[in-house]
Amino acid sequence: MGKKLVSLENIIFRYEGQSRNALDDVSFDIYQGEWLAIVGHNGSGKSTLAKLLNGLQFAHSGTIMINDQIMTEETVWDVRQKIGMVFQNPDNQFVGTTVQDDVAFGLENAGVSQQVMVERVHGALNKVKMNAFLNQEPHHLSGGQKQRVAIAGVIALQPDIIILDEATSMLDPRGREEVLETVRELKQENEITVISITHDLEEAAKADRMIVMNQGQLYREGPPQDIFELEEELIALGLDIPFSVKLTKELQKNGVRVVNGHLTEEELVKDLCELHSMM
Amino acid sequence: MRITLDDVEYRYQVNTPFEHLALHDVNISMESGTYTAIIGHTGSGKSTLLQHLNALLKPTKGRVFIGDRTIEAGKKEKLLRPIRQKVGIVFQFPEHQLFDETVEKDICFGPMNFGVSEVEAKKLARKAIVQVGLSEDILVKSPFDLSGGQMRRVAIAGVLAMEPEVLVLDEPTAGLDPRGRKEIMDMFYDLHKVRGISTILVTHSMEDAAKYADDIIIMHQGTVFKKGTPQEIFSQPEQLLELGLDVPDTVRFQLKLQKELGVRFDHPCLNIGDLAIEIDKAMKRGNR
Repeated sequence: MGKKLVSLENIIFRYEGQSRNALDDVSFDIYQGEWLAIVGHNGSGKSTLAKLLNGLQFAHSGTIMINDQIMTEETVWDVRQKIGMVFQNPDNQFVGTTVQDDVAFGLENAGVSQQVMVERVHGALNKVKMNAFLNQEPHHLSGGQKQRVAIAGVIALQPDIIILDEATSMLDPRGREEVLETVRELKQENEITVISITHDLEEAAKADRMIVMNQGQLYREGPPQDIFELEEELIALGLDIPFSVKLTKELQKNGVRVVNGHLTEEELVKDLCELHSMM
Repeated sequence: MRITLDDVEYRYQVNTPFEHLALHDVNISMESGTYTAIIGHTGSGKSTLLQHLNALLKPTKGRVFIGDRTIEAGKKEKLLRPIRQKVGIVFQFPEHQLFDETVEKDICFGPMNFGVSEVEAKKLARKAIVQVGLSEDILVKSPFDLSGGQMRRVAIAGVLAMEPEVLVLDEPTAGLDPRGRKEIMDMFYDLHKVRGISTILVTHSMEDAAKYADDIIIMHQGTVFKKGTPQEIFSQPEQLLELGLDVPDTVRFQLKLQKELGVRFDHPCLNIGDLAIEIDKAMKRGNR
């Protein structure tokens, strides 16, 4: 595990006019270079966490440390240079009239020189494989392409951390895979830390570590392997388990002796093939 | 109520430089009391098709039969209101359309627009709110004080209160957590079974299509690529994958396993129980 990049300590947050804390004494750490999936039912506090990490809201008590800097209203601008965020709705995060203008927007805000800006815009669009669309207008793009442009806008600022706040939930299956593949490649090449807030359990299964939120509290954290062993408990929390875990259970019920803990279909297929060859 | 599309074509912005053919040669029929899923990826024409089902769009060629009404290209139609009442559409993220002070007023808006009295509309609102699994005391609240999942249900109640005979659902579970998704889909299935509402589900989810629909229509590049029962549609999964469409998890797994084991199951498994049984059989046949 990499070094500690973010740490949250005893975070409490409540939205105005609500009777219940949206985040209720939440503490955890995020390590450099990991892919952390945060899952939980609607209203469990996942998105509030993202807003706090990016300084869109501030905790009522507790501290957030990002790269040894405490998040306050004074430091938020520094912190935002380290954390980029991709939101759910591809149509709500376009500001430029063309793809390259859109990616340049954040850089302009950060006061980057023209020459560096051109380099970074092109570089970022290359990385998300959208360089062929430089002068396209956003509404001609598919949802997956729009999200990739949003990601380019984020990585042009060279952040340490990318937060995906349900960034694939409005996309069709093809768009979803496109976006996740892009983020996986970025993570590998640039050692970016990824925090993915998601309902997609198949995606979470591929994370390095998971956090399960429930009613504003951290319910459990650990590698996907351990988390998905909770099975029924997760379902009771309004979540689900990956297909390969469900099928494993069903097979065992039928007396097929597959072993537990296959988080991907490939592993389960392999296990079945081995069993089959021993028959 | 039966809806039939006969040789339907639709072009956006005809006679402008932006003219765009969105639908062509669409021939489909959705029988009364059935559950139909319409599948296809973004840009396949699903949304354009959906808007023909209650005459929000009129075909630029061909005819649409909605119950005893005919919507025909080139003919001016009057009195579309009864069609809109009988065919209710739940659009994507319907909670974005909530607007009134209270949940009750919001739900009553639709029926009152169709000429129902206020007293009657309030009765319908009470009935609808229960149907979507919420309690009556939510009626006095502001829709904007509710959680996302509750708002979605209230918006759906607004459509149900118009007592439609056909319910068209456009990605009704987008953005919900797994439990919310299942609850909403089961609720629509109950309405379909108990009240006999014809249901047309527009979705990306092959799981839902396989689980709930009697018939599946696959749209591709503006026209019908394939139609049939789930068993028929998923008996050639390779075809769908080539189009870049998904297949249900069970079918995808079956495909991978068949390839690795060099066997072939005699039918596509559409639920996990069936898949486990078929795998068990294949294992028992062993390497012989």
